[in-house]
Amino acid sequence: MQNSFFIKKKENSNADAFNSGTKKSCETVSFEPKIIGFLCNWCSYAGADKAGTAQKPYPPNVSVIRVMCSGRIDPQFILDAFQKGADGVMVLACHPGDCHYKEGNYRAVQRYRLLLKLLKQFGIEAERCRFDYVSAGEGDRFVSVINETVKAVKKLGPLKR
Amino acid sequence: MTGKPKISMYWAASCGGCEIALVNINEKIIDLDANFDFMFCPCLLDTKKQEIKELPDESIFITFFNGGIRTEENEEMAHLLRKKSKILIAFGSCAYEGCIPALANLSSREELFKTVYLDNPSIDNPHGILPVPESDVAEGELEIPLFYDTLRTLSQVVDVDYFIPGCPPEPKQIWKVVELVLSGASLPPKKSVIGAGKSSVCEECDRKKSEKMVEKFFRNYEIIPEKEKCLLEQGLICMGIATRDGCGALCPKVNMPCTGCYGPPEGVLDQGAKMVSALGSIIDISDIKGLSEEKIIEKINSTIESIPDPAGLFYKYSLADSLLKRRVAQ
Repeated sequence: MQNSFFIKKKENSNADAFNSGTKKSCETVSFEPKIIGFLCNWCSYAGADKAGTAQKPYPPNVSVIRVMCSGRIDPQFILDAFQKGADGVMVLACHPGDCHYKEGNYRAVQRYRLLLKLLKQFGIEAERCRFDYVSAGEGDRFVSVINETVKAVKKLGPLKR
Repeated sequence: MTGKPKISMYWAASCGGCEIALVNINEKIIDLDANFDFMFCPCLLDTKKQEIKELPDESIFITFFNGGIRTEENEEMAHLLRKKSKILIAFGSCAYEGCIPALANLSSREELFKTVYLDNPSIDNPHGILPVPESDVAEGELEIPLFYDTLRTLSQVVDVDYFIPGCPPEPKQIWKVVELVLSGASLPPKKSVIGAGKSSVCEECDRKKSEKMVEKFFRNYEIIPEKEKCLLEQGLICMGIATRDGCGALCPKVNMPCTGCYGPPEGVLDQGAKMVSALGSIIDISDIKGLSEEKIIEKINSTIESIPDPAGLFYKYSLADSLLKRRVAQ
C-alpha cells in the first residue's frame, strides 16, 4: 500500500516535471518532490523572472504561485498544500525593510516561525516548509534557494499521509 | 408508543457534558417532553440498542449525536442512528470537530496505549496487558470494540444534516434549535452550523479593543488581566478572534481567554491556521524592524517561547476537522 503510493507519486511528479506522458517505467527515476512556492509579486517573483531571463537552470519541482505580498499568505494555504499532496512548501519574501507594503514580510516571518512550531507537532519536518528572502535582483539566490529546498525535500522523501 | 415525534441523544467518544447541557435547559425540558417522545439516551434512559434496531428507518425525528468516532462501536452506532433518524445533528464540539479526544490524533494508537495502560504512574499492570479486540478467558471469548488509530468526526463517517457547536453547546442555543423545529418554520440549508452565529466571539465580547501590538505572550496563570481591556491585547492567547460566536463570550466576561470551543467562524477551513495568522498580525513588529535576518528569527522565537504547545492550544477543539486532521505517518 505504502509502496504503491510511493510509486504512483513518482510517476505523477515525473509527468508533471517533464511533461512527458510517454514515460512508462519509473524504476530508473528517483523521487521527484512536488513543492509549492508562494512568491511575492514585487521581489521574489521578479527574482525568479530574473533567473529565467538569464536562463539559469534550476530543478522544475517547484510550482510557483504569485501573491501580491508574502503577508497575504494565510497559513491555511500552506496546510492546504501539504494536505493536497505537496511534499514541501516555500514562502519567498522581500528582504526586511524592502516590503512594498512596508511590513507584510515581517508579518509573514512571524506567522512562519509560529507555524513551524505547529508543523513539528504534526510530524512535518522544518525542511519541508522554507521561508526565505529573495529580492528582485537576486536571480542567483533564487536558484540556490530552490536547489537547496529541492535537495532537502528529496532527502526526506515523500510526505506520508 | 405516543404519537409525538421521537427524539434521541447518543454519546460516542465524549464526556457526558452534552447531556448535562441538554438537561440545563431546565424547566424547558418539560416543554420538550410535551412535544417530543424522548426515547433513547444511554446516559439518562434505559432503551436498548436492540429496540433502536427494530424501529423502522427514519422513524426518529431528531438525533442529537455527541462524541467523536473513536471505536468500532461508535461507528456502528453512527451508522445505525443515521439510518433510523430523519435529522441527524452532530451535537457539540466532539461530534462536530473532534474536540479534546481528537488531540490524541497527535499520537499513534500504540503511543496512547503505552501512556494509558503502561506508563501512567497510577496504573498497576505488571503483565503489560493491552486491550485487544478478542481475548480468551475462562468463561469463553471476550470481544471489545476495536480502538481506531485516528479519531474522526461524525460527518467523516456518516452523512450529517446539521452541526451544533460548543463544548458543551449553550442551553439557550439548544433551546433555540428545538424552538425552531417546533415553530414549523423551514429549516436552514442542510450541513449548516446551527445554534450559533457566523462571526467571531469578539463580536459578542464587550471588552475594549484598540490596535493590537503584543510584545510578549503570557500563560493564564502568569498575570491577572485588566477587567476591561481586550485579553489578546494584554498578551493572553484568547482564541475568540478565530472562534465562532454564539456562546455570548462567556469566558472573556469572567477574565478567562476564549479557548475556541465553538469552532472556526463561517467560511474558515482551519481554526489553528487562522490563529497563527492572527497572532502573526498582532505581535509588535517595532522590535524587529531594522534587525538582521538572523536576529529577527531570534527575537520572534523568544516572543513565541511562551506558546509551548501551539497545536494543543489552537486546535483544542478542532483537530479532527482541521486541514491536516492528525500527525502525519512517521
